[in-house]
Amino acid sequence: MNTLSKKNSTPLISAENLTCIREERLLFDELSLQINPGDIVQVEGPNGSGKTSLLRILSGLSQPYDGKIFYKEQLISRCREEFHHNLLYFGHLSGVKGEMTAEENLDFNLALHGNKTKDSLAYLAKVNLSGFEECLASHLSAGQHRRIALARLYQSNVPIWILDEPFTAIDKQGVASLERLFTLHAERGGCVILTTHQDLISIKPEQIKKITLDYSYDSAVD
Amino acid sequence: MTLKTQSTQETENLTVIIDETFIDDTLTENTVSDSSALTSSEQSLQPLSYRNAFMLVLKRDLTIAMRHKDDIINPLLFFVIVVTLFPLGIGPEAQTLSRIAPGIIWVAALLATLLSLDRLFKSDHLDGSLEQMLLSPHPIFILVLAKIFAHWLITGLPLILIAPLLAVLLHLDEHSYTALLLTLLLGTPVLSLLGAVGVALTVGIKKGGVLLSLLVLPLYIPVLIFATSAIDTAALGLPYSGQLAIIAALFFGSLTLAPFAVGAALKVSTN
Amino acid sequence: MWKWLHPYANPEVSYHFTNKLLPWLSALAAIFLSIGLVWALLFAPADYQQGHSFRIFYIHVPAASLSMGIYFAMAVAAFSSLVWQLKLADASAAAMAPVGASFTAIALITGAAWGKPMWGTWWIWDARLTSELILLFLYLGVIALHNAFEDKNLAGKAAGILTLVGVINIPIIKYSVDWWNTLHQGSTVSKLGKPSMSLDMLWPFIFCFIGFSLLVGVIICLRFRNEILARNSIRPWVRELVKNNTSQ
Repeated sequence: MNTLSKKNSTPLISAENLTCIREERLLFDELSLQINPGDIVQVEGPNGSGKTSLLRILSGLSQPYDGKIFYKEQLISRCREEFHHNLLYFGHLSGVKGEMTAEENLDFNLALHGNKTKDSLAYLAKVNLSGFEECLASHLSAGQHRRIALARLYQSNVPIWILDEPFTAIDKQGVASLERLFTLHAERGGCVILTTHQDLISIKPEQIKKITLDYSYDSAVD
Repeated sequence: MTLKTQSTQETENLTVIIDETFIDDTLTENTVSDSSALTSSEQSLQPLSYRNAFMLVLKRDLTIAMRHKDDIINPLLFFVIVVTLFPLGIGPEAQTLSRIAPGIIWVAALLATLLSLDRLFKSDHLDGSLEQMLLSPHPIFILVLAKIFAHWLITGLPLILIAPLLAVLLHLDEHSYTALLLTLLLGTPVLSLLGAVGVALTVGIKKGGVLLSLLVLPLYIPVLIFATSAIDTAALGLPYSGQLAIIAALFFGSLTLAPFAVGAALKVSTN
Repeated sequence: MWKWLHPYANPEVSYHFTNKLLPWLSALAAIFLSIGLVWALLFAPADYQQGHSFRIFYIHVPAASLSMGIYFAMAVAAFSSLVWQLKLADASAAAMAPVGASFTAIALITGAAWGKPMWGTWWIWDARLTSELILLFLYLGVIALHNAFEDKNLAGKAAGILTLVGVINIPIIKYSVDWWNTLHQGSTVSKLGKPSMSLDMLWPFIFCFIGFSLLVGVIICLRFRNEILARNSIRPWVRELVKNNTSQ
């Protein structure tokens, strides 16, 4: 499917027979997948179909009911620190503290994940937040919070990006520049796993792998 | 960057246009220079040492607390008010008060700690920074330990500082002051450590406050017993180093075990 | 791990195993309990000091030791669930907690009932009674935490962690309460505990003890069976089972 993925034979993330049960409802069963360097994977499905659960399981935040996840063919529970070192997860919640300024928030997030903090002003500028560096985050809007969190993407050189609805509350230009960033990241040999309700406009359809979650209750039983 | 002086709305509109070109330029630059960066990310990313990770989280939590001073002051006020209720309820006789003073101060300290525990993980859980911490490449117990230490600095330490004042109000025996301070110094960290386990277990539950007290208070009983007994013994002029040694043992025991329990509990709560 | 345990990690197998075990356990429990209780309450000699009120020990002591024992069993289950990821161990711990809490309550009530004629008051801060009361709080904490989670799997894990924290603390709490008690009351109060028993008191006691242990086993098996069904309600074999039962 992807020329880049064939070059490098070890998959970045692979999963075997994942089963997820939430509140006694089966979300997906026996799901196996393999994500190679250079892949852009879009997880699709209606609300409540388990997209977020899948991303959280892949990132190691949630445990699946059954099944295994591997990072470069090692179980992620065996190499947690190395795996998290190479992972950037961006969830529904932006993880921005209202009591700290935009810059302090970004600096903390960068430092926590072992990135350098010296260019954080430039990254804030890239997400259209120049002029707000010294503002307390509690004075900023929800969209601006998300942009503070997304600023990490511009600095990040970790290969695995797992992004849950990254475009929420981001304006059109922001979306376009993020899409370009994703293409670039894939070309550099990284992978992007994301959910979104919007269509990806500037990324060529043949570049996108899709995982569709539409597991219906009845088919599971019979 | 000269746009900073403009009004907010204009700034946003203008930077959009400027940044578009900016991003494109830097991105193409990055492609050339960073093409090998991803494959060798292990070398280019320097993980923080344990000490740096600890200091990073500690500094962040203290910064947040200093900008949100209510969190420091309110439990302290609660502590003072609860203690002043007892003479009003029991009567002002100095003899009765000095007899029950150690118990009152310690029970009030337990309750004040309990009240402040919620802030240890709750807001981090609600805004998503807790999951980012769990996803960081550091051992969880280091981060947890830093947060608990920050919590103790914010709530435990002020309790110790204000306790002598309350001891005066309750006519505590004057031989007991050192014992009171020493037991608080050794005992309040135990309260923070054990309490952290309870908070970590209940942080994902919507109305976890009452449940938290049910989980945590029984675990506080040994500290209460040995601390009050040390103060009573000191009032009689007898040595109380035995009780202190036991509280110290409780402290080191919980210091080594609690962070792991908290880490495991946080993984369950954020699941 | 132990190979022979492996098939019982499958919920369906252990459901049927529990089903086969139950009639035998219930029969044994009924035999031991009826012999033990009749013997203890009607035929065993009265204590020369305490008279007939001594007979409450035939219930109090088994309940008290079982209340402690069930907590340790829960801790073992929680440990194996956390370390070896045995999901059924969670189910068994969930089945045990309310039983343990009930037996703790029985021990407390019988202790208080014994205290009334002995001490002239329903409650006295005796070391054993106090420890038992704190144990009840620990049980209630585990049960409340278990109920607070929507998801049974998460509930099991959270309750498991709390159980392990509790089991480390139980000896410390027990020691501190004993110490506190001697400090404040001295040895003036006659302790609620096992007096030295003659043989014709000991035999009915042993029967009662085994009988109550078996009864606990029966109740836990019943609850364990329900827990398995509740946790696997979406599995085909459970649906088959329900269909067959309703069509009969």
